Amino acid sequence: MAYDLEFEKPLAELEKKIIALQRKGDRLKPDEHRQLEEEERELHRRTEEIYKNLSSWETVQVARHKDRPYSADYIHLICEDFFELHGDRSFSDDHALIAGPAKLGNEHIMLICHQKGRDMKEKQFRNLGMPHPEGYRKAGRLMQQAEKFGFPIMCLIDTPGAFPGLADEERGQSEAIAANLYLMSHLRVPIIATVIGEGGSGGALAISIADRILMLEHSIYTVAMPEASASIMWRDKVYAPQAAEAMRISAKELKALDLIDELIPEPLGGAHHNYRLTADNLKAVLLKHLYELKPLPVDELLERRYEKYRSIGKFGILT
Amino acid sequence: MANEAADSPSATSADHQARPGLPPGNLVVKCTNCKEILIAREWEKNLKVCSRCNYHFKLSAYERIELLVDPGSFVEMDTNIVSADPLNFVSRTKDEVQAYSKKLEDERKKVGLNEAVVIGHATIVEFPLALAIMDFRFIGGSMGSAAGEKITRAIELGIERRIPVLIASASGGARMQEGLYSLMQMAKTSVALAKLGEAKIPYFSLLTDPTTGGVTASFAMLGDVIFAEPGALVCFTGPRVIEQFMHVKPPEINSEFVLLHGMIDAVVHRRDLRQTLAQLLRLYSPRTLQEAYPQTNSQIQAAKRTGESDGLRPGI
Repeated sequence: MAYDLEFEKPLAELEKKIIALQRKGDRLKPDEHRQLEEEERELHRRTEEIYKNLSSWETVQVARHKDRPYSADYIHLICEDFFELHGDRSFSDDHALIAGPAKLGNEHIMLICHQKGRDMKEKQFRNLGMPHPEGYRKAGRLMQQAEKFGFPIMCLIDTPGAFPGLADEERGQSEAIAANLYLMSHLRVPIIATVIGEGGSGGALAISIADRILMLEHSIYTVAMPEASASIMWRDKVYAPQAAEAMRISAKELKALDLIDELIPEPLGGAHHNYRLTADNLKAVLLKHLYELKPLPVDELLERRYEKYRSIGKFGILT
Repeated sequence: MANEAADSPSATSADHQARPGLPPGNLVVKCTNCKEILIAREWEKNLKVCSRCNYHFKLSAYERIELLVDPGSFVEMDTNIVSADPLNFVSRTKDEVQAYSKKLEDERKKVGLNEAVVIGHATIVEFPLALAIMDFRFIGGSMGSAAGEKITRAIELGIERRIPVLIASASGGARMQEGLYSLMQMAKTSVALAKLGEAKIPYFSLLTDPTTGGVTASFAMLGDVIFAEPGALVCFTGPRVIEQFMHVKPPEINSEFVLLHGMIDAVVHRRDLRQTLAQLLRLYSPRTLQEAYPQTNSQIQAAKRTGESDGLRPGI
């Protein structure tokens, strides 16, 4: 079923009716035919209405939808010739982060992407899309390679956050993230980061220092997942919906705060309703920004990137 | 970014007493770590380190500045920068409804600081340096827009005057109430540090209890030299979250742990911090005085005198 989230219940019911009618096929009576058309229009209208007014917490659920396209799906749909490269050359290969050169349109680019898994086995293999330090180090290695060959870097962000394990502390989770923030600030090629699902905490930030920060319409970007924020602020995960609302984590709200550069529209009902259309939107926007950035002299590119981050933050001055 | 340092038990009991200006009549202090009863006067004389178990109590930003720099040399900057409330954040739980702006106001009154970080410049054995010193008492030393801006300005002061930068971290991580703005302060400070690095000016990072979350995963781990006070909690993910996630009790993730795993350069006792910094400032100073301090002649003379009087390294 396409509509399976809590707040989509009315849509699911409508859909059930429509499917029942559609099953009749040729045996559909004229008035039933009219009814079908009406129900379809109604479904479209209600979906539009619900999706126009999604709360932050509802957006979280869409961003985490089990059928939502992941990085590999987009790569398959928008790129040609992707060749995945592996390993950080010092400890291991991280399957929560995939990377390698590819062609986007006529452009040679370097892709750096979080990757989640769909079934139990793949979820485990991808570690729920939560990278270890070696993931960030692989990303760092390949971003330096991209600089060497002049490939623009495109990052697809989709992670609940860095993996909170003891071994990750031992191998320097903090250093691995910090090193990428430092590195990306002065890489001499354009960088475009797009949040496609969940953009969670340091795990997301570590591959998203960029000249352009884009977000798919129903994705989220947050300092910590709502559950974690709730347990930090109020010591109780049940307040996650409140945290999501208060922290303004949806793409729409972040665009309104001017914290991101562009919001990429999704098909009605979310990206999982039409992979192809979402991918086409994504590709068009990526290329548009790339063509804006490419002609800039490198020094100006870096100066603008510096200014972009230097100016983020809202504080007061006591008088 | 998730961490629990801000509300761990260590943030209570003795840390109340760690605040400057002990209430009169408070003659003893109980060690947070080993529960030993310590004579307050001796404990203060011992730089607030437990004489039995070597536990380093948390210091306020001003206590730490006093501990590190030449007396009277500290000049504070940007005291009037305060956190705004960019999200109009309201905390709603079943027990209370509190606006972040109100919390900030309360906190400023309670702690007597405008933000979780104090910045400025000072000298250590007459070597000038730019400072950003965090204070855990102010909302768990968490980093929001104001703290990020102040730290960035301290870094920029280093670039502008070509003087080394010291940041002393004490933080529970990013400030949740400012949402993505606070995450972006990790980026902002790191980007500024990259500029400092490009200018080839040394940056020393001192980790104190606790250094966790987004602060660890940005400027704290980017020092040319990183050193920590003994026993400080130093991590990205706090032990409570690790325990919840892994279902095993982790060992202590502290200064010694990160030293063992190659993440920092040294663990330094509080009484040796000033000396260590002096040595680093000497070692990392550029070889020519003009390059080091292109300011006034008197400053150059002062620096020269220090280099000679220490007698450990020929000149600077």
